[in-house]
Amino acid sequence: MKRVSIYLMAGRDTPELAAAAVAAGADLLEIGFPFSDPLADGPVIRLAGERALAEGMRTEACLECLAETRARVDVPLIPMTYASILEAYGYDRFREAAVSAGATSFIVADLPLEAAPELPRVQLVAPTTPEERIRLAAERTDGWLYLVSLTGTTGARENVSSQLAGLVERARAVTEAPLLAGFGISTPEQAAAAAELADGIVVGSRAVEVAETEGASGLERYVASLRRAVDTVSPAVA
Amino acid sequence: MTSLDTGYFGPYGGRYVPETLVPALDELERGWREIKDDPGFALELAGLQRDYVGRPTPLYRSERLAEGKSVYLKREDLCHTGAHKINNALGQALIARRLGKQRIVAETGAGQHGVAAATVCARFGLDCVVYMGSEDMARQAPNVERMRLLGAEVSAVEFGTRTLKEATSEAIRDWITNVETTHYMIGSCVGPHPYPELVGELQAVIGREAREQILTAEGRLPDAVVACVGGGSNAIGLFGGFVDDADVRLVGVEAAGAASLGTGRAGVLHGARSSLLADDDGQIADAHSISAGLDYPGVGPEHAFLRDSGRAEYVPATDDEALAAFHLLAEREGIIPALEPAHALARALELDAELVLVGLSGRGDKDLATVLSR
Ligand SMILES: Cc1ncc(COP(=O)(O)O)c(C=O)c1O
Repeated sequence: MKRVSIYLMAGRDTPELAAAAVAAGADLLEIGFPFSDPLADGPVIRLAGERALAEGMRTEACLECLAETRARVDVPLIPMTYASILEAYGYDRFREAAVSAGATSFIVADLPLEAAPELPRVQLVAPTTPEERIRLAAERTDGWLYLVSLTGTTGARENVSSQLAGLVERARAVTEAPLLAGFGISTPEQAAAAAELADGIVVGSRAVEVAETEGASGLERYVASLRRAVDTVSPAVA
Repeated sequence: MTSLDTGYFGPYGGRYVPETLVPALDELERGWREIKDDPGFALELAGLQRDYVGRPTPLYRSERLAEGKSVYLKREDLCHTGAHKINNALGQALIARRLGKQRIVAETGAGQHGVAAATVCARFGLDCVVYMGSEDMARQAPNVERMRLLGAEVSAVEFGTRTLKEATSEAIRDWITNVETTHYMIGSCVGPHPYPELVGELQAVIGREAREQILTAEGRLPDAVVACVGGGSNAIGLFGGFVDDADVRLVGVEAAGAASLGTGRAGVLHGARSSLLADDDGQIADAHSISAGLDYPGVGPEHAFLRDSGRAEYVPATDDEALAAFHLLAEREGIIPALEPAHALARALELDAELVLVGLSGRGDKDLATVLSR
C-alpha cells in the first residue's frame, strides 16, 4: 500500500490537525520546526514558519507540540528542520529530547549526507543527485528515502515534475528502500500520478495552506481526497 | 569528493545546503580547480584585471589623516565600478563561462556586488538577475539604476528584514530552482564550500599587491593591516598578503550592530557553519548598520577560524564613528570613501601602531544620500 505523508508546521493547533490528518488516512507526519532562513522552502512554508516563530514556536515549544501530537496519534512523527536549530540545541540533546517527545526519525533539509552520522534521519535525494550519492543516501537513510521530485523549493506546481520518473528509476536501481516523493505535489491527481512511480507521497505546502484556511475538518477532507487518489493506484490490502 | 574534511577552516565552513545543490558545488569545485591551474585563465584574468578593472590599484600614503603615524590606503575604490567586488565578479564570470552557464544570479546589499555582477555579465554577454532587499533598494537607489542600465534584472526581495540576508536566501533559492543553467555568483567569502575559498583567492590580489607596494614604499612590512568585515571578502583578500608575516597585526572591523565575530555564536547560515548573530534557539538575528554592505548577520568561515586561532582580531565601529571617519577622509584627503571602509578607517586611526595599512574597499558615491540625511 502506498504511503501518504503530511507536513504540518508546528503550532498551537498542530495536535488537532495531526489527529485529523491521521483519521483521514495519513501514514506519517512531518512536523516543521520553523527556522528564520529556510533555504529549501517556497513562500507558503516560509510564511507559515514566520508566523509560527512570531507565535513563539521556538525549539522548546516545538518539542512540547511534538509531545502533544504524539499523545493524539500513533503514526511515525518526524521533525523537519534546519541545521542551525540543532547547532544551537546540540545534536545529541536534540535527538534525545525529540525522541522522548515521540519523534521516530528526523529530516534536516540543509544537513549534508556526510554530516552528523549520529543523528539517524531520512535522507533526501534530488534529480541532480548522481547515482553514487543516491546509493550512499539510501545506505544511510532511516527507513525510507525522500525523493525531491524537482529542482526547486517546496510549493505547489501545475504538474508533477517530469524529473520524478527518472529519479525513481535511478533510485530503484541502487536501493530497496521505500521511496516517497515530495515537493510540488498538491492535488489528488498529482498524488496519484506520483504514487504510480514512487512508494508514497509527501504533501507539504498545500496541507499547510488548507490547515490554515479550513482548519482540522478541511484538512481531514483534503487528506482523505489524497488517500483515495493514492489508493486507486494500489488498493489497500486488508 | 564531498567529504567532511574538505572545505573546512577548523570547525567552520562546510556545505550546509539542500541536496539539490551538492552536485553543482562539486561541479564548481572541479571547474575552479581546473581553471586555477590553467595558464590561459591566469593570463586572461590578469589582462582583464589590468585593462578592465584598472589593477594594480595604488597604495596611497595619506599625509593628513593622523599625526605620528603613517597611514597607507589600498585604493580599491579606484577599481572599475568603485569597489573590490569586481575582483571576485570577474573571476567568477570566467568560471561560469568555463562551466557553460549562461545565466548568473547574485545577491547584493550595498549594490556594489550587484553592480560588479551586472558589469561583468554585460562584458561577457551573460544574463544577470540580482536579488536585493527592498530596504536596501531604497537606501542604495543609484546602484539599482546602475544595474538596470547594465542590463541586469533587479529582483526586489520583500520579506523578512528586506536586506542582504533575505536577498542571499532568495538568490540561493533561485539557484536551487535553475541549477542546471545558472551560476550563483556569490558576493563575499561566505556560503557553502568552495565559495569561501574561491572568493578569498580571487580577492587575494589585493593583499599580494599591497605587500609588494608597502615593501617598495617603506622597505618594511606594516605594523597593522586593517579592513572592514561584512561577509569579509576585502578583508580576507588583504589579510592574505600578510597572514604568514607573524609580526603584522591583522585587524578586522565590523559594524557594531552586525558584529558576527565580536558578539556572534557558532551556527549555520547560507550554507556554511560560521560565527553568526543568532539567538539561543539558532534563529538568525537581525543586523543593524548604517552601511548596507556590512548589514549582514553572518561572516565568512575563514574569519571565524582566524579569530579563534588568534591570528586576526576583530573590533567594532559604530555608525557615528564610521560617519566621522567618512567626513574626515573627504575633508583631509579629498577622498570620499564608502561607509563600509569608513569603519576600518575609524579604528585604524586610533590603533597603537606606527605604520598602518587600511583597505579602502570602495568609494562613497552610493552613500551620499545616507550621509546627507544624517
Ligand atoms: C565598499 C564595500 N566594502 C566592503 C563591503 C563588505 O563586503 P566584504 O566584507 O565581503 O568585503 C561591501 C559590500 O557591499 C562594499 O560595498
